[in-house]
Amino acid sequence: MNATVITLFVAIVIATLVITYYAAKRTQTTGDFYTAGGGLTGWQNGLAIAGDYLSAASFLGIAGAIALYGFDGFFYSIGFLIAYLVVMFLVAEPLRNLGKYTLADMISARFDARKVRGMAAISSITIVIFYMIAQLVGAGALIQLLFHIDYWIAVLIVGVMMTIYVLFGGMTATSWVQIIKAVLLMAGTVVIAVMVMAKFNFNMLAMFSEMRTITSHGENYLKPGLQYTVPLDTISLMLALVLGTAGLPHILMRFFTVKNAKTARSSVVTATWIVGIFYILTIFLGFGAAAFVGEETIVASNPAGNMAAPLLAEALGGNFLMSFVSAVAFATILAVVAGLVLSGASAFAHDIYGQIIRKGKATDREQMLAARYASLGVSIFSIILALFAQTMNVAFLVSLAFCVAASANLPVILYTIYWKRFNTTGAVTAMAFGLLSSLILVSISPNVFSPVDGKAIFVGAPIFPLTNPAIISVPLGFLGGYLGTLLSKEKDVRQFAEVQVKANTGYRE
Amino acid sequence: MNVQSSYKRGNVKQELQAGKPDYEKVANSKSFQELLAKRKRFIVPLTIFFMVFYFMLPIFTSYATFLNKPAIGDISWAWLFAFAQFVMTWGISIIYVKKSVQFDKEAEDIIDKQLGGENK
Repeated sequence: MNATVITLFVAIVIATLVITYYAAKRTQTTGDFYTAGGGLTGWQNGLAIAGDYLSAASFLGIAGAIALYGFDGFFYSIGFLIAYLVVMFLVAEPLRNLGKYTLADMISARFDARKVRGMAAISSITIVIFYMIAQLVGAGALIQLLFHIDYWIAVLIVGVMMTIYVLFGGMTATSWVQIIKAVLLMAGTVVIAVMVMAKFNFNMLAMFSEMRTITSHGENYLKPGLQYTVPLDTISLMLALVLGTAGLPHILMRFFTVKNAKTARSSVVTATWIVGIFYILTIFLGFGAAAFVGEETIVASNPAGNMAAPLLAEALGGNFLMSFVSAVAFATILAVVAGLVLSGASAFAHDIYGQIIRKGKATDREQMLAARYASLGVSIFSIILALFAQTMNVAFLVSLAFCVAASANLPVILYTIYWKRFNTTGAVTAMAFGLLSSLILVSISPNVFSPVDGKAIFVGAPIFPLTNPAIISVPLGFLGGYLGTLLSKEKDVRQFAEVQVKANTGYRE
Repeated sequence: MNVQSSYKRGNVKQELQAGKPDYEKVANSKSFQELLAKRKRFIVPLTIFFMVFYFMLPIFTSYATFLNKPAIGDISWAWLFAFAQFVMTWGISIIYVKKSVQFDKEAEDIIDKQLGGENK
């Protein structure tokens, strides 16, 4: 560890604490806590959404995947990007028009039943926990590598920081940490990408020609199929990526932080541009790392390739750029986990405590207190899980989170907004089918069972052949909702009329 | 029978909640139905288009090899198709914003005329 890294690291910690201090003063009500009072502008929220999306997995993971696997690494970038169109076209505006703090609020706008809200809260919490463990374990490993400190200290640092942001500054602090990080991350990525381009004299053709021969894969580096060799698995993964975003609780929550559907729309558009530009630049990060750092060095410091971007920064810009990129990666992790804590806490405190246990009769003070306790609880629980999961291969948990989001949350969102006949039973069965089928299929998949010792959690032959079950579980989620609806005679013509009018006009009583 | 009884229950509930707009009347109004139909005509075809365009990439790269042919220099068609996904995304999001401005106007009109325009 050197002085530059420590200085930048401390600077980020201080800057985020200052933000939290000012945010805490502005966090007076439950609305402030969960949604920053709905006061973010389209630009700010767009940057924050992009920030939520550009997690360590995107920044470090995709750069590493492209460096090691060429074209196949780029699949993730494409899937994540097109996902925004799904959010923009089908989900963002109706969600903003119908909901208040959580996904369950939106579904409850149509079905005011405790079992529906409870089920929605459970699926949100499941997604948040999976996503969080993956982020925290990744964060611990990464900070261990970047700053040469023990894994458990690294997890504790990240855990304590995220708890402070959320506990005191709520959504305002979380959003501003996210916005600042998004700007820093984009700046760092642009600088590195331009430096890589300069190495190739700003000639894309020359870059591709060079990449064709420079890696150990030769020509195959630029061709699809290096990493994903099972066609159905590739398509299943692409399905989870494109549909999952529209069901991720911490992304959905971002649409409640703006004042109306118009602002929600402009924030998705802003996010689409930023994320798109970023993902294009991941090619330069990946190619640059493969060309100027080299496969062996990348794999030597982390087998998954997560160190590709920081190592490239060191090769191009020396110690300072490496320190800057490491500090930005640290900020990225902090901002994303804080958003996750907040969305997990809202499901516990708002849905389960506020609406189900207290039936919406809790005072604002009680709700706020519950929100803070829930944040603390979610943080502590995730930190403990992350400490135990250190040696496990948890990378698949991110794609599992996307799979659950696509299978359990998306069908119910779409049916609630667009299907007249849909009813309470259908809402519960849609979520139950999607959630259970994802969990069961993953637990018998090659992620959990592998004949090779150490490759997965258990040794043995996987019963289900695909690593990502989305291609089965997403249709099951839709089918569950359809069958459940038909099995029940219940109809809600009047309530659907209200949902339709509100979703399409933005009218509020 | 069932539908009718729930409808009746709905009416009673509605009377009890005085001041709540008659959403069914608005939902069945000509202007609202027109807005819904226009939205549908815009959203459904474009959604099908971008999903098909997207899945063509992994399907072609998994089951065929013709995308591996060079297109420009050493850049193959697979890369060009991948870049085209970005151009498509940005293009569609621009179209969406333009079209939405038009829907916003019609939605505001419905609020003004049928819901008392109290949503400012």
